[in-house]
Amino acid sequence: MLASPLRMHIPDGFLTPAIAVIGWAIAVAIIVLALRQTRRQLDDRMVPMMGVLAAFIFAAQAINFPVAAGTSGHLIGASLAAIVMGPWAATLIMTAVLVVQGLLFQDGGLVVMGWNVVNMGVVAAFSGCLTYTLARRLAGESRVAILAASFAAGWISVVIASLAAAIELAASGTSPLTLAVAAMGSVHALIGIGEGIITAAAVGLLLVSRPELLKAGATAPGGRTATLVLVGLAVGLLVAAFSPLASPSPDGLEAVAESQNFLGLGQAAPYRILPDYTVPFIAHPALTTIAAVMLGTLVVFGGAVLVGRAATRRQASRG
Amino acid sequence: MHFDLADQYRPRPSFVHHLDPRVKVVVALAFILAAGLMPIGAWGGYAALLILALGASLTSGLGPIFALRRSYVALPFALVALPLVFTVPGEVVYHTPLTGWTITAQGLERFLSLMLRSWIAIQAAILLTAVTPFPDVLWALGTLRFPRLLVATIGFMYRYFFVLADEATRMLRARAARSGEVGGRRKTPALWQARVAGHMVGSLFLRALERSERVHAAMLARGYNGQMPNLAQRAMRRMDWLVILAALLLLVGLLAWARPF
Repeated sequence: MLASPLRMHIPDGFLTPAIAVIGWAIAVAIIVLALRQTRRQLDDRMVPMMGVLAAFIFAAQAINFPVAAGTSGHLIGASLAAIVMGPWAATLIMTAVLVVQGLLFQDGGLVVMGWNVVNMGVVAAFSGCLTYTLARRLAGESRVAILAASFAAGWISVVIASLAAAIELAASGTSPLTLAVAAMGSVHALIGIGEGIITAAAVGLLLVSRPELLKAGATAPGGRTATLVLVGLAVGLLVAAFSPLASPSPDGLEAVAESQNFLGLGQAAPYRILPDYTVPFIAHPALTTIAAVMLGTLVVFGGAVLVGRAATRRQASRG
Repeated sequence: MHFDLADQYRPRPSFVHHLDPRVKVVVALAFILAAGLMPIGAWGGYAALLILALGASLTSGLGPIFALRRSYVALPFALVALPLVFTVPGEVVYHTPLTGWTITAQGLERFLSLMLRSWIAIQAAILLTAVTPFPDVLWALGTLRFPRLLVATIGFMYRYFFVLADEATRMLRARAARSGEVGGRRKTPALWQARVAGHMVGSLFLRALERSERVHAAMLARGYNGQMPNLAQRAMRRMDWLVILAALLLLVGLLAWARPF
């Protein structure tokens, strides 16, 4: 029951030690920043509050609901924590969750834990928070707008975090970039729907019972630094994603396609599961897949803003 | 069921259990790092690491298959690395019949090496948690210069996640009792179920937040001033230094043998 709902916890051995060390360096730097910001916000309440809320995230991941075909949906929680507590506190909470999952239950490796903290802590919390704040600002203050913004935050945080994990795996030579991004992206696009609905429903409950909590989260300090952190991470990951293309031995799939006449073979085969799927990807492998994920993100974000706007307008005209 | 049963510590009166926690943490991390640094296809190196893990398991009195039994946890991640079998260029050993993909010897070697590496690494992590109480691991991390407030937060989480997991279990039981499926009746849609789960998460969050406020008040009443008191005072004994030196030398030696520079 305590098994992790999310197979985004990279185990040890899947990243090269050099890349693992870079991950730790980034994680430690951001954790130190997050500690400073959160301590300023919460003072001596910080340790008990962050600790108990981390325990909450861990326990909430056990609350599941049945989806089709015997699978079930769960919460990952970074975006919910970020919406209510702000991105820095959410980063700390998720870090505590990930350290305990790695140390106690071997969910995610120890040497690669830095990247797990960056993906599911930093990237998920900051992208979730940024989505929520932006969507709320664009869509207004009605209840539906807030719920739509929460859904978008949940979905986007999961998908972007999985994209980051895929890029790290590819940079380590564990999985070809195109396939890693496509596989992680599509699986987590589904997982993200569950995450989005649960996040939105949880925020909806808080909106009814303790609306002042949501206002406090929106005014959490460090908003500008938060944007900087997210932009910096995004640029870094994109550079990492495209560096293999610049190197003499490009993406594995492409190399094979050239050396083994893979393309010809593939097209000659009469049975293919997704005939149109591989061909455009081989033409521009990395670009196309990453662009597809980004497009999905924009669609979800735009949809949430539109739905929220319409609801706000209807409420305004009625009231 | 209470979640304290989920703790992985296995008390034994063994030599390994009595080592300083810092030694165990450092050696486990070095071991995992060594597994990661083993070159592709260094089968001898992998075997040596496996024997070391087995030896540690036996000395701890946990028996030879303790770590093996739980080491499947990382297995689902193998799917991510599986494409390597097809994409690494090299000598073709097999054509898949329908799709015309080619499996190369080099791809197979790389995939198997990755699997072995992570399988060996996870055994070290399992052993570490089995022979060291979790608060001791945290204490070791704290003295090894981990951010102190983060370690304190994690310690708090460890204390309370059993409490909150019990709370979540009670909520799940209540849900099952009130909205269970009756044979022949229409199934509730997934969206509705997800909303219920979300409301449960929201109310669990409120309970956690209020609990944290009560905990903080209780701490203040007992003289908390923002510093977590630390009662454990431990010193490295000669045996601890010996073990850590021997282990690190052994790992460096193994690496030097397996990957000629």
